[in-house]
Amino acid sequence: MANLREPDEIIAASNADASAELLANSVGDYARIWSRRIRSGESGALPVIIGLIAIVIFFWVKSPSFMTPGNLVNLMTQSAFIITLGMAEIFVLLLGDIDLAAGFTAACGAVIALWMLALGDPWWASVIVALIACAAYGALQGTITARLGLPSFVVTLAGQLGLSGLLLYLVARTGSIGTGGVIPLHDKVINGIEGSQLSGPVTWIVMIVIAVLAAAVIFFGDFRRRSSGLVAPPVSITALKMLAIIAACLIVAYVANLNRGRLIVIKGMPWAVLVVLAILAIWTMLLGRTRFGRYVYAIGGNAEAARRAGINVNRIRTIAFTLCGLTAGMTGIIYASYLGSISTGVNGGQNVLNAVAAAVIGGTSLFGGRGKMLHAVLGGLVVGVIYNGLELLGLSASAQLMWTALVLLAAVIVDRLTRRGQVAR
Amino acid sequence: MVADNAPAQAQQPLLRLRGVSKTFGPVQALTGIDLDIPAGQVTALVGDNGAGKSTLIKTIAGIWEPAAGQIIWQGKPVHFRSPKDATDIGIATVYQDLALADNLDIVQNMLLGHEVLRHGLLDEITMEQTAKQTLAEMRVTTVRNIRQPVGSLSGGQRQAIAVAKAVMLNAKLVIMDEPTAALGVSQTALVLEIITNLASQGIAVLVISHNLIDVFKVADRLAVLYLGRMATAGPVANYDTASAVHWMTTGTGPSGNGSAARNDAGLGGLSDG
Ligand SMILES: Nc1ncnc2c1ncn2[C@@H]1O[C@H](COP(=O)(O)OP(=O)(O)OP(=O)(O)O)[C@@H](O)[C@H]1O
Ligand SMILES: [Mg+2]
Repeated sequence: MANLREPDEIIAASNADASAELLANSVGDYARIWSRRIRSGESGALPVIIGLIAIVIFFWVKSPSFMTPGNLVNLMTQSAFIITLGMAEIFVLLLGDIDLAAGFTAACGAVIALWMLALGDPWWASVIVALIACAAYGALQGTITARLGLPSFVVTLAGQLGLSGLLLYLVARTGSIGTGGVIPLHDKVINGIEGSQLSGPVTWIVMIVIAVLAAAVIFFGDFRRRSSGLVAPPVSITALKMLAIIAACLIVAYVANLNRGRLIVIKGMPWAVLVVLAILAIWTMLLGRTRFGRYVYAIGGNAEAARRAGINVNRIRTIAFTLCGLTAGMTGIIYASYLGSISTGVNGGQNVLNAVAAAVIGGTSLFGGRGKMLHAVLGGLVVGVIYNGLELLGLSASAQLMWTALVLLAAVIVDRLTRRGQVAR
Repeated sequence: MVADNAPAQAQQPLLRLRGVSKTFGPVQALTGIDLDIPAGQVTALVGDNGAGKSTLIKTIAGIWEPAAGQIIWQGKPVHFRSPKDATDIGIATVYQDLALADNLDIVQNMLLGHEVLRHGLLDEITMEQTAKQTLAEMRVTTVRNIRQPVGSLSGGQRQAIAVAKAVMLNAKLVIMDEPTAALGVSQTALVLEIITNLASQGIAVLVISHNLIDVFKVADRLAVLYLGRMATAGPVANYDTASAVHWMTTGTGPSGNGSAARNDAGLGGLSDG
């Protein structure tokens, strides 16, 4: 059958999960492959973007206060910690693992940082120590999972219980600093991540620079492929992708620069957006362009193949868990900045489930091997918009949870169906 | 990549087994195996179920250490402590499960574990060119897009990629365990073509197959295992389907003269090759 097939059939055969931009010869082709992929249940970035737009329009129509500058910026700061915790999970989800403890890793990291700040340490030292502690904890979980060959689900479930206990213990140990189980945050820099913003002009400059850089990466990447005579997407697709990124950056800058103050003028992009984008850029590079990243995908796809290729599977798994812990630590700092404090009441269990939901809704597979850091951003925004919108509609926490659950369930079903489509050759 | 295997040591086979034995507790899986595998030729290893074919190739691939006997590679005795030792000197094994990552594309699979870096980052361009070149040398033409995930390929194409991955590591001997077992007619033809192409480039191929029709299509030499012993081995011209079946099922030749043919397992058959 192989040598008799028409090109069109080849495209059909590989539609399941091939990168459409590399198979297509024209925009028409691209659209055709895309529609096939969506019908076959493949969840790339486009479906979740369309879903996000649909949800946004829904709340826009339903609630007059949704599409206001103040609320949109609110949305950015609210979603930041779900997004970064989702990125933490993606490191382990790609291996087919999960880290159920990450929500409490974040909380404990925040306690360490805020405790040190309260004792008078500089903000950067506090952050570094907190991040090291979280990474070390991730390394511990990774080592147990990898060396003993235990399911990460069980190891990290134990971690979740243990760390929720550790959280209580740590806060109690701070003594008068954490009276009533709450450690306040008084540091200007850390508070500023979620609480302050770049000035209007700086917002424009920064976002334009980011847009140009991102577009340049896409342009030169595709250009180099094309000029080397390799498989490359058609020029029109390259252009479309660049346009989309530039548009997204400019829209964020524009929205952030609308006045959202009531009595005084408040405009500018929250620092949190910049922090999230920086983490996104570095982790995307790590997963997509380094040997480590390639091995993570290989192990998630077929651990035995990876092992036979000479990859030290245990080492990669341990590093992935370490990076998950590290990113959870960053989340803890952002979360504390968002709350203005950290307390024993942090619901680390629910946060981590929201983060996994964000990653899966964004298109990352629970079964390993498929996913991107960008998925946490897109899925995190979906989760953020649902929470935000339902709250504006005056719906209770119960409705918010159940709606998120439904969206997550839909995403997992799509993921499962795609997997089935892949296996059936 | 594939080149410079050619300087055919006309007299000396690439790999020689002398008296190789392997036991699993009380089970004597291999007994005193003698076998020569010359470069540039396809050697087919056949035998009934449980004859010891898989055990023999696992011994050559460094998975099992022989209990007795010698493995002689290019004239020198070698001892493999791990599969890596065998891979390092140029023995590549393609197992039946292929071990490909379905989520990675063809290039990524072929270079897995041997990625090319540029400024510390993956050099996709060089890797894609390397993969493309290897596939071209193997004359694999059914794969249109080497950036498509391996999960979307047909069985024969997957087999081709698994072989290409093995060949890329400068393999001098490629071992394949039942490469056509799960394949349809045209996919089988594709794999047989790849096997022939490998041999024509001076690579030695050792292939296990239960399908005698395929064996007679591609093999230059035939080796028949019977209950862990090398029943007979020699140029494929010395056999036909009926005699091969007779050897496989009884361990003796159609004439009933088993021992004479056994001597042929050594260098004897090579002069014709
Ligand atoms: N790991 C092992 N432990 C114990 N016995 C084994 C092991 N591997 C193989 N054997 C035994 O060695 C003998 C030869 O087995 P082998 O798998 O090599 O046969 P084969 O020729 O590959 O058969 P088939 O055609 O069914 O694949 C059998 O009796 C088998 O039970
Ligand atoms: Mg076998």
